Amino acid sequence: MHPTDFTLAGAAEALHEGLISSVELTQAHLDAIAALNPRLNAFLAVTAEAALREAAASDARRKRGEARPLEGLPIANKDLFCTEGVATTAASRILAGFIPPYESTVTAQLRRDGAVFLGKLNCDEFAMGSSNTTSAFGPVENPWRRGNDPDARLVPGGSSGGSAAAVAARLALAATATDTGGSIRQPAAFCGIAGIKPTYGRCSRFGIVAFASSLDQAGPVARTVEDCAVLLRSMAGFDPKDSTSADVPVPDFARACGRGVKGLRIGVPREYRLDGTPPEIAALWEQGLQWLRAEGAETVEISLPHTKYALPTYYIVAPAEASSNLARYDGVRFGLRETAAGSDLRDLYERTRAAGFGAEVKRRILIGTYVLSAGYYDAYYLQAQKIRALIKRDFDEAFGRVDAIVTPATPSAAFGMDEKQDDPVTMYLNDVFTVTANLAGLPGLAVPAGLDHQGLPLGLQVIGRAFDEETVFAVGGAIERAANFRALPAIRAGVG
Amino acid sequence: MSLDTATVRRIAALARIRLEAAEVERMQTELNDILGWIEQLQAVDTAGVEPMAGAGAVALRMREDVVTDGGIAPRVLANAPDREGEYFGVPKVVE
Amino acid sequence: MTYTIEGRTGPWEIVVGLEVHAQVTSHAKLFSGAATAFGAEPNSQVSFVDAGFPGMLPVINHECVAQAVRTGLGLNAKVNLWSRFDRKNYFYADLPQGYQISQFAHPIIGEGVVEITLADGSAKTIGVTRLHLEQDAGKSLHDQHPQKSFIDLNRSGVALMEIVSEPDIRSPEEAGAYLTKLRQILRYLGTCDGNMDEGSMRADVNVSVRRAGEGYRTRCEVKNVNSIRFVMQSVEAEARRQIEVFETGGTVEQETRLFDTARGITRSMRSKEDAHDYRYFPDPDLPPLVIEQSWVDQLKAALPELPDVRRARYVAMGLSPYDAHVLTLERETAVYFEEVAAGRDAKIAANWVTGDLFAAINRTKTSIAEPPVPAAHLGALLDLLADKTLSGTLAKQVFEAMVEEGKSPGAIVEARGLRQVTDSGAIERIVAGVLDANADKVAEYRSGKDKLFGFFVGQTMKAMQGKGNPTLVNDAVKKLLG
Repeated sequence: MHPTDFTLAGAAEALHEGLISSVELTQAHLDAIAALNPRLNAFLAVTAEAALREAAASDARRKRGEARPLEGLPIANKDLFCTEGVATTAASRILAGFIPPYESTVTAQLRRDGAVFLGKLNCDEFAMGSSNTTSAFGPVENPWRRGNDPDARLVPGGSSGGSAAAVAARLALAATATDTGGSIRQPAAFCGIAGIKPTYGRCSRFGIVAFASSLDQAGPVARTVEDCAVLLRSMAGFDPKDSTSADVPVPDFARACGRGVKGLRIGVPREYRLDGTPPEIAALWEQGLQWLRAEGAETVEISLPHTKYALPTYYIVAPAEASSNLARYDGVRFGLRETAAGSDLRDLYERTRAAGFGAEVKRRILIGTYVLSAGYYDAYYLQAQKIRALIKRDFDEAFGRVDAIVTPATPSAAFGMDEKQDDPVTMYLNDVFTVTANLAGLPGLAVPAGLDHQGLPLGLQVIGRAFDEETVFAVGGAIERAANFRALPAIRAGVG
Repeated sequence: MSLDTATVRRIAALARIRLEAAEVERMQTELNDILGWIEQLQAVDTAGVEPMAGAGAVALRMREDVVTDGGIAPRVLANAPDREGEYFGVPKVVE
Repeated sequence: MTYTIEGRTGPWEIVVGLEVHAQVTSHAKLFSGAATAFGAEPNSQVSFVDAGFPGMLPVINHECVAQAVRTGLGLNAKVNLWSRFDRKNYFYADLPQGYQISQFAHPIIGEGVVEITLADGSAKTIGVTRLHLEQDAGKSLHDQHPQKSFIDLNRSGVALMEIVSEPDIRSPEEAGAYLTKLRQILRYLGTCDGNMDEGSMRADVNVSVRRAGEGYRTRCEVKNVNSIRFVMQSVEAEARRQIEVFETGGTVEQETRLFDTARGITRSMRSKEDAHDYRYFPDPDLPPLVIEQSWVDQLKAALPELPDVRRARYVAMGLSPYDAHVLTLERETAVYFEEVAAGRDAKIAANWVTGDLFAAINRTKTSIAEPPVPAAHLGALLDLLADKTLSGTLAKQVFEAMVEEGKSPGAIVEARGLRQVTDSGAIERIVAGVLDANADKVAEYRSGKDKLFGFFVGQTMKAMQGKGNPTLVNDAVKKLLG
């Protein structure tokens, strides 16, 4: 078995058994990155020397009997996490050259637990996108290929496309990512891997480049549900530096993965049956529910009546918050500064932001500025926050009758890089199944469940009650076992 | 609600993003596309509904009045595009 | 009698509302752990949060909230147990986040009042609309470089209380009285040091004019006025400007202006283009601020005594209203006075503080905070007066020596042997000597020239170098003259 074929849990075991060293494991991944990243463009920066140093130090710690939970495991971080001393760009020109003098809480905790960092991963610019085609540093390619059209380059999904592609192609054992409207779950599904957006407040947002503050959450992507659970345990936890961080204990999530679903009630929201959803996806959804019934769960049809308003609601709330969060990118204290001869301060702002932000980011800032502007606040932002409350209420009522909700993760399989570019709204529709969990602040997990007729992965989504990631992992684990998803992407380490 | 180019320019000015003439047109089309799609929310009856501000902590947690930060001027200035000694430099502002 | 300005076409009234920005006294900033002290090296009191770096988040300082509540209580205002922070979005070089965290829709403090007294003795109540917490911005220096402005973020994120008055103020004098009283309350409470010259208290002055009986006309805002005197001047100057506009057939445009202190007029702010659209919305990084009534009650119970209450107490102690007023103007003065007056005659203490001490402070250019004579020493001096160790005249001499030498009265009395002589026998011997040396005058006195009594007393005192107890000297002279 190639060292890059390990799961996170498997690699941890192998390191523990002394079958492999962290240096070997790390080097194998660095080699894979060198071979495949030029094509996939999943990594924006590879911190090879530091990684090997960390790996060596890790092996030494293990010899001394001081192994920590993630000791010596090579993972990578989405370039939205500020990493001290290591360039962090948010995939934007406006942060070109920015070297954070501080570390995000989530990555600090991963370091505390012994993880080795391979580098920073590409994403949609400022996490705005569902295809990883808005990055200022080039798109990321999905390592999966259509069986009937192997030359077509496909998107890995977004915004955490780099994280998902890297893990799927085995360039890293696992990766950190963030999810504001589906940016962990949708790319995980497109790349045939697992990913979870935890409950809002579960992970600290300190040191993560903010997109939409009331929606952003950090979470792991990995090849198995258990791996996600292991990583989430290290990522999560109360942080006094984040006022929205929840002061709740962090359970041992991994224990829940094998729990089974006997006696659980699984909600099936009728509003997620959309016209135009490919029959394969509807079929896979039904298959998933059958698997769960076979394992002793009960499936219950539920109604989440305000579902159809979730996407437009999201596209008011998120851009509004983003328009304010991105005001700090102004060329004064860090990042790009662009001026012309005789520029005054206002000119500096306008030129810097015009040159530094890509088209999608500009669109969202302008939408956000507009919906907050005088005369429109009530009609747009306030209305959206009220609908958001209704969406949350729908879930609260549903969770009075069920313990978890299962839906498709995406309305399609991965699409071509040139597709869906005609107008912004078409791209936004990719998040139709995922945004609801962000708006309601609930945990959502994507788990690979099957392949479509073109051989591309399709995922199912499990949504749970607030702070009940354990039930989500239990249901996800059951689907994973039943699905027995063994397919591998065409482009991966050790293969090409 | 449809935006005219003057409104697009006004919003871009508020957001301090310079738009060239061609961009204004394109942006106008795209923004109207998005706003047209968002319009459907007007139909939702939200009478008596409290807006949901955030999904997380219920009340603001407070910290002690102790100086725990600062004294790091070099690090604060390290990424400055124009550092003038211990200050950030910007084009002169006339008030 | 409402104050009016006589225009060419008749009298005009002035309507003024004041928005005061008061820097909260606290060790650390409102949402970060950086220090707030004035005068530090540039950018040395800046955290990454204050500098608006990517991924930075605000965490609120408990003491800043407490200070706002204390101030609200001092203004007899409504304390809102639930309030919320909003973002006020605009771009400026000294505003790193591109927004200011403030409170727009739901401030922590609601309606209150400030009682003022005018020169003619009349009292007036000025309403306070609200008080809210917000971040201060950094500082821009425009005079350090020909083409650049320099930005110092030390002040960025310091807690401010914005205190908004109702438009109840009707004259420059009332504006001055309101600010003076507000400043006094803040200093008494210890919630703001009120140092306008250091910028810890600034006022935005909203001025409009009208004919008697009219409603409100358009107002203009004069921003960032940093002394009470300038506030009063700017009210007058702006009112006159607006009157001139109206009387020449123009209309007053709503705008923001600055007070040109050198020329005594207001001028338009050059950089103001389109009116700001601040796009207020609730700050998604901050859940609502919820405080308990029990905590508010605790703060209330621990509040220092407020100026009006203290003044009334002094009058009840027997002080004149004027003395009570003077002694309570600054809390430090009142504290000093009370230490001196503790266990002693309050009126005597008041006289010494408002007379001798204040004069000494003026002369030595010191302050009540760093007085030339500590309260304990002055108190001890009063004790020496009370037990007749010193006469009134001697006490004043000793006081001057205390100012000069910084020593305690006891030490000075010992060193200079100024102890008042109270030994009647000794006094009589000296009086006898004086009478012997002035036999002719004794005869004149005995034959009816009563006024010479004072001469004998004076000569005795001179012979005793002023150390004679006056009463005993008088008695001795009377006795020996027969």
